[in-house]
Amino acid sequence: MTNEILIALGALGALGLLASLLLCLVAKKFNVFEDPRVGQVEEVLPGANCGGCGFPGCHGMADACVKAKDAANSLEGLLCPVGGNEVMGKVAGILGLEAGAAEPKVAVVRCNGNICARPKVAVFDGAKSCAVAAATFAGETGCAFGCLGLGDCVKACQFDAIRINPETGLPEVDEEKCVACGACAKACPKFVIELRKKSAMKSPMPKRVWVDCINKDKGAAARKACQNACIGCGKCQKVCKFEAITVENNVAFIDNEKCKACGMCVSECPTGAIHATEPVMIVVEKLKAKKEAEKKAAAEAAAAAKAAAEAAPKAEAAPQTEAPKAGE
Amino acid sequence: MSPHVHSGNSTQKCMLQVLIALCPALLWSFYQFGSGAIILTLASVAFCLLFEFLITRFLLHTPSTLGDLSAVVTGVLLAFNVPSNLPVWVIAIGALVAIGVGKMVYGGLGANIFNPALVGRVFLLVAYPVQMTTWPSQAGYADVETGATPLSIIKRIVNGESTLAAPDFMDSLLGVTGGSLGEVSALALLLGGIYLLVRKTITWHIPVSVLLSAFVFGFLFYGCNMTLALDQLVCGGMMLGAIYMATDYVSSPMNSRGQLLYGCCIGFLTIVIRRYGAYPEGMSFAILIMNAFTPLINKYIKPQRFGVVKK
Amino acid sequence: MKTFKLGGVHPAANKLSAGAPIQVAAVPDMVAIPMAQNLGAPSKAIVAKGDKVKVGTVIGEPGGFLSSFVHSSVSGTVDKVDVVEDATGKKVPAVFIKVEGDEWEETIDRSKDIVRDIKLDKQQIIDKVKEMGIVGMGGATFPTQVKLTPPPTAKPECVIINAVECEPYLTSDHSLMLAHAEEICIGVQILEKAMGVKKAYIGIEANKPDAIELMRKTAANGFPEIEIVPLQLKYPQGGEKQLINAVIGKEVPSGGLPIATGALVQNVGTAFAVYEAVQKNKPLIERIVTVTGKSVAKPGNFLTRIGVPVANLIEAVGGVPEDTGKIISGGPMMGKAMPDTNSYVVKGCSGILIMKNAEARRKEAGPCIRCGKCVHACPMGLQPNFLARYSELNLLDEAEEERIYDCIECGSCQFSCPANRPLLDWIRQGKPKVMGILRQRAAEAKAKADAEKAAKEAAAAK
Repeated sequence: MTNEILIALGALGALGLLASLLLCLVAKKFNVFEDPRVGQVEEVLPGANCGGCGFPGCHGMADACVKAKDAANSLEGLLCPVGGNEVMGKVAGILGLEAGAAEPKVAVVRCNGNICARPKVAVFDGAKSCAVAAATFAGETGCAFGCLGLGDCVKACQFDAIRINPETGLPEVDEEKCVACGACAKACPKFVIELRKKSAMKSPMPKRVWVDCINKDKGAAARKACQNACIGCGKCQKVCKFEAITVENNVAFIDNEKCKACGMCVSECPTGAIHATEPVMIVVEKLKAKKEAEKKAAAEAAAAAKAAAEAAPKAEAAPQTEAPKAGE
Repeated sequence: MSPHVHSGNSTQKCMLQVLIALCPALLWSFYQFGSGAIILTLASVAFCLLFEFLITRFLLHTPSTLGDLSAVVTGVLLAFNVPSNLPVWVIAIGALVAIGVGKMVYGGLGANIFNPALVGRVFLLVAYPVQMTTWPSQAGYADVETGATPLSIIKRIVNGESTLAAPDFMDSLLGVTGGSLGEVSALALLLGGIYLLVRKTITWHIPVSVLLSAFVFGFLFYGCNMTLALDQLVCGGMMLGAIYMATDYVSSPMNSRGQLLYGCCIGFLTIVIRRYGAYPEGMSFAILIMNAFTPLINKYIKPQRFGVVKK
Repeated sequence: MKTFKLGGVHPAANKLSAGAPIQVAAVPDMVAIPMAQNLGAPSKAIVAKGDKVKVGTVIGEPGGFLSSFVHSSVSGTVDKVDVVEDATGKKVPAVFIKVEGDEWEETIDRSKDIVRDIKLDKQQIIDKVKEMGIVGMGGATFPTQVKLTPPPTAKPECVIINAVECEPYLTSDHSLMLAHAEEICIGVQILEKAMGVKKAYIGIEANKPDAIELMRKTAANGFPEIEIVPLQLKYPQGGEKQLINAVIGKEVPSGGLPIATGALVQNVGTAFAVYEAVQKNKPLIERIVTVTGKSVAKPGNFLTRIGVPVANLIEAVGGVPEDTGKIISGGPMMGKAMPDTNSYVVKGCSGILIMKNAEARRKEAGPCIRCGKCVHACPMGLQPNFLARYSELNLLDEAEEERIYDCIECGSCQFSCPANRPLLDWIRQGKPKVMGILRQRAAEAKAKADAEKAAKEAAAAK
């Protein structure tokens, strides 16, 4: 009996030794050298492997950071959109560099063709994918440029930050969750989604003004397809004091760099195509009140009120998501 | 987007065809084993439906998938694979394993690797061996020895433990022998199989290759005994397995070449288990083993391509 | 009876307008002739507002090698050159012509006499076909002159005429054969002459016994080299590769041209158009369009001028029925759904199909049950379920390995899928991507080979 136990012990022990020896040899033989800093950098990266930085996963990003440090002694152009400045600061610390602060961005859906504003003219019953729909035809509505509403952006988002609102049929970005990795913008076959700076002005409050439409059709056609379309009238361009707005191909565009988020254009837009986040809306309200006070033509006031009314639901989304944070 | 027309075929219709095809065997079972067979089948179906409903409703929170009838097919096939005098509580456990472990854990219909009914059956066989191998004495056939199936007789003959005559081919074909609820009558199952072939619900590749390879290997492994080789085709779960279980859409390969290979392997494995294994029956194990190889077959066995010349 | 060897499905034929005589559609007040009527580069409009045109006047020139001439189908004044929506809602340039009278170019032989004698030689025929703007009439609209000039390495052996019309509902080819059997046979002879071959087959599916009979009789009367081949009913028999396989039993090699099998396939409508172009000097200005549908009051076949609004044709069969769900240009298997009826008849438009809502709407897609019906249905021996999945997940290497580039987009897989999965929708997503990769790879390989060759030569020069 004892003998058998000893034999078993001996045999297994010998096997174990042999195996560990083999493992050691293999590990030595096939060892791939890697800069230890890469591992350290990867440690501080979020590990989501979202690809938002432009590299295949966090390991790729870490590798790129180390290489950039060796080549140029700076981390310029490299940003982890998920971790933001905080993480880049840590990365810089590991590599012995100063991190430059990059402006945080957020995905913005540039289409406001909701179900009410954009009547359907056709029905699509193919595969439930924007890419398939875009390859097939112009879209279910008269607008050939706007959101198709089939949710490729939702599928692309790794952070659960974009959802289709069933009431409007349009995607909505959760600013708290959005890390501006750009996956949704890449997934959108209509290029409706744009990454814009979280704040147009350097202030803690997010302030953004953007044109909520990319329809390049002529004004009348665009308006016919969608009530909320930008008709390229150029009123906003005229009213802008900072030359931030350009109208090209019948659609206005607000330059992220130049815009000071004054809100003048928002109140000017006849179709309510220009949108702004909450703080700007206060300014817009003030502007409107001033206009009222000046007793301008009643029709003009009505148009502005309409613009505000249409912009309001979009702006309300922000404080709602901020509320739980305040409670923490 | 083209095509704008559809054949009108649906998952539900495919499953319905299978159910229709299983009717003759169920009727024969009723004739052979009495109303217990029907009750057990109904109980099995009911439990399968219930468990699928509960799982979709409370665990997965997805819309109910009862409408596709796949749970009904699973229920019937599970009942067909057990003795007709099995207690209802045992079949309930079988249904839970079949639907829960065999199908829903993978994500429901289409995602399962193994045939759910067989998962349930094999679980019961291992967990409740006594109940699962206690065969009823058949009504009106009291002279046939109780509790022995043709396959166990063959096993004993081959092992030299018995001097009984080999089961009669015609008896097994008709199904006047002992065995699981739905598997006894090869003829009734064949009828259903022909129906499925005519309705193009299944193709001939799997059943024919299973039966052919079972016959060939049966002939070889049973010492070139023609009687025993033919018995292999009509005894036990061979017909039920070849026509209804191995052809299960989800767990079988998709192109004809893969199906032929799959069928041949099942036939081979079945005979090997029957001849050399501990169990007298090997069909369900053979199918489950080959189910595991299906993804591999799908990956490496490609269909005949158009315009590709072999070099 | 012959048929192709792999896959295939049997959609309900629904040839509602079979046997209906060819009616001449009224010429409207205004036509719009799109400039993109052929596969390849669109044509360039060469007329301007105010120009007077006659029937047969050239109004568009080829915009490239794979392009063709466009002729006016009416006489009148050019109203404008603008964009119109084609059958898929894409915007294409078109010439709008205000119709005044019905004056034809004098060169066109408008008599009803059938001219049997082929006077032109090989090259003249090809030039004439080009000049008259003939394109493949089956729907692909491949410029015919390009097809008639195969690469020098090819050894043409026979002409195969595609009179299969395997698409459900459509009957335009059928009615054409019943009305113009002899002209078609002469057209086939012209094609033989252009290709320098002495053998021709006309493949007709067995559900058109009257056409088979008539074509046989006509061919027996002075066309000994034309053989009528009745084919077993199966979709997609009208696919070029499937037809060659069915008729002469050869397979077009993957990635190769059909001419590699020695066969030139032309649609029966093209044969007729070639006859008219070569013998009658008549450009391609009209074609037969089937206007049909289950709820349509009087389904029929219409001899229609190119550029007639689709809405006019639908009016001619009694207007759009109330239960309409889809209007399709072409057949139900491969045709394209039109967003509205504001498009115009083009050379490749073989039918206008008005489908009932209940018939046209797809059912909700369920999970794939891996039944393999799509695999058995695929005429190219592909595994559509994998192709669709790979396309959806953008796994292009896997899709290439599964030969997505061989897909002919016939729709048999989706037709037969019991789970109603949009297989072809997805395959269409992945196929062009893989094709792009293949082309890029070929270009890179060529560049590399060229560079190596240049380096070698440079070394040799030293």
